[in-house]
Amino acid sequence: MRVIPRGATRLMRTTAFKLLAVYLVVFAVFSLGMIAYVAWHTRQLIEAQVAENVAGEVRFLAEQYRLGGIQRLVFAIDRRTRRPGSSIYLLTNFNGDVMASNVSDLPLGLLDAAGTRFTFYRRSEEMGAKENLAFVEVFMLPGGYRLLVGRDVEERDTVRQMVVRPAQGALLMILILGLIGGFFVTRRVLKRIDSMTATSEEIMAGNLSGRLTVDGTDDEFDRLAHSLNAMLERIEALMVGLKEVSDNIAHDLKTPLTRLRNRAEEALRHASSEAQYRAALETTIEESDGLIRTFNALLMIARAEAGQARDNMVNVDLAAIAENVAELYEPLADEQGLDLTVEAEAVSVHGVRELLAQVLANLVDNAIKYGRPSDGSRGHIRIRLRREGADAVLEVSDRGEGIAEKDRERVVERFVRLDTSRSRPGSGLGLSLVAAVARLHGGSLAFSDAAPGLKVTLRLPAIAAEGLA
Amino acid sequence: MTLIQTSDDSFAMRLLLIEDDRDAADYLRKAFREAGHVVDHAGDGEEGLALALDGHYDVLVVDRMLPRRDGLSVVSELRQRGEATPVLILSALGQVDDRVVGLRAGGDDYLPKPYAFTELLARVEALSRRGGGTASETVYKVGDLELDRLAHRVSRSGKEVPLQPREFRLLEYLMRHAGQVVTRTMLLENVWDYHFDPQTNVIDVHVSRLRSKIDKGFDVPMIHTVRGAGYMVREGLK
Repeated sequence: MRVIPRGATRLMRTTAFKLLAVYLVVFAVFSLGMIAYVAWHTRQLIEAQVAENVAGEVRFLAEQYRLGGIQRLVFAIDRRTRRPGSSIYLLTNFNGDVMASNVSDLPLGLLDAAGTRFTFYRRSEEMGAKENLAFVEVFMLPGGYRLLVGRDVEERDTVRQMVVRPAQGALLMILILGLIGGFFVTRRVLKRIDSMTATSEEIMAGNLSGRLTVDGTDDEFDRLAHSLNAMLERIEALMVGLKEVSDNIAHDLKTPLTRLRNRAEEALRHASSEAQYRAALETTIEESDGLIRTFNALLMIARAEAGQARDNMVNVDLAAIAENVAELYEPLADEQGLDLTVEAEAVSVHGVRELLAQVLANLVDNAIKYGRPSDGSRGHIRIRLRREGADAVLEVSDRGEGIAEKDRERVVERFVRLDTSRSRPGSGLGLSLVAAVARLHGGSLAFSDAAPGLKVTLRLPAIAAEGLA
Repeated sequence: MTLIQTSDDSFAMRLLLIEDDRDAADYLRKAFREAGHVVDHAGDGEEGLALALDGHYDVLVVDRMLPRRDGLSVVSELRQRGEATPVLILSALGQVDDRVVGLRAGGDDYLPKPYAFTELLARVEALSRRGGGTASETVYKVGDLELDRLAHRVSRSGKEVPLQPREFRLLEYLMRHAGQVVTRTMLLENVWDYHFDPQTNVIDVHVSRLRSKIDKGFDVPMIHTVRGAGYMVREGLK
């Protein structure tokens, strides 16, 4: 059986784990430094205390010697050696003979010079005792006497051990627990990333409606999931648009293409005179022109929906467009028995001039085709442009039959024509383009009853009036 | 009756066609020749550039997507070398922004594919600076019809004809290209400055209004309808 759990090597390669490992190493180094500092400081403290004790003893014994000569000194040392404690004493005469002592096995030459130093020693009363380390001071007395006073410092090391050992243990525990904790935390993070990866793979496999889970914690993962979801939303919308266009092309271009082909075939089989051939060819050209128109309109709609034209947006004087288009269509309207009037306030929008003009032209064209009053009286198309708060509102109204409420949503769909007899020319794309252009400009399109007639309202975000100057 | 209407018998242009599609190129060469023009052909951008720099052409017709050097780069290279021959760019990309890019590269006109040959012919003839008036002339004269561009006055047989500003611009454009076919889209582009497809015959109504003011009461019409193509201002019966 493997000791390392499954996925552990992968875990070690993850960013989260690497960060954790680096953090633990840095933490361990700092902790070790702390422990070393504490240990060193403890040792300094104990050593200072030992030196102080030894110095005190030396002062006391020197005082005894001054007061009562060598006898008193020997006596004092004897008394002291009998007391339990960690002090050591040694007194020699000018021959080097020991006069009083509680130590044995001192290194040779230790008493040769006065001063303080460390040395190993054994206590004389404990036979076979282990060698201990001591801090000693050697003192020269008049008459060739040499006095050694010392203190065992083994306990200094013991105290230090008392500090260092548990600290080391604690550090080790922290490292181990940190690694284990890190392992679990990292695994949790990895799980979320894995689920995101799985979802995106599923989406790539074709399920475009799939979305990443957002658990509402509003953490980094949530925010990432949010923005990825928004991106997917956009991609899906584009894909749906693309699919619609291709479906429509398939459906609505195939029909006229088939008709075109049938006519040509029919002419080949039955036409007998040049005039008949010519007529067949002329209808063929007419039909292909119609097809090209439809095709261009579809492309234009698709482009408007994809939002590519946004890069070409400039400040557009909508009032000028309203007046120009009115002027362009007025003679046609007049010929068809309709008046065309325009009332335009000065309003500008950020947009594409050609598309906005095309949109208004489509609306006016529709009004000319369908806006004649049913009672045969003279029609009236009104183009009105005004500013309403932050919006530019462009209205085209007629006095025709209008659009029934139930059809108002449907009418902007591609190739939808309410004129079921299809007696009047049209591709059924005009209002789809209007809707697409409205969306492109961040605006909206609405149909209402002009009682009688139809009122189409195009609402676009206007440029602030003061920004025009 | 020929299938393709030519503008004027005495009017022949030297054209360079840069187009890589063999079928399209063959068709266009044939059609331009039938219309009485001389056509050279280049199959790629490099060859086209070399020919254009060499020969003295009246108009260049350049496809946008070409092997070895794309059409826009041919045009901008020509312009950089100071070659001012008018250029018409043909393109399968027909959107407004593409057209802007084409004109910015130095093209004088832009025609999206697919197009009617009559449209292409009319535009090429309009670009050639032969026949018709020029932008620097201040008075255009066709027969007894006179248009004063500075005074904004139009007269026929010395009698003033009052026109609306747009009617004036319409007539001005037609007269500048007198003897040449002017299509409806050319009028929409040049008189109204719009490049969209008006779907209906809006332009026709404007022209017929203008015609009623110019030609009414005269035996000789000035504004002629060219079937399947557009309009033409010329003197005399057709």
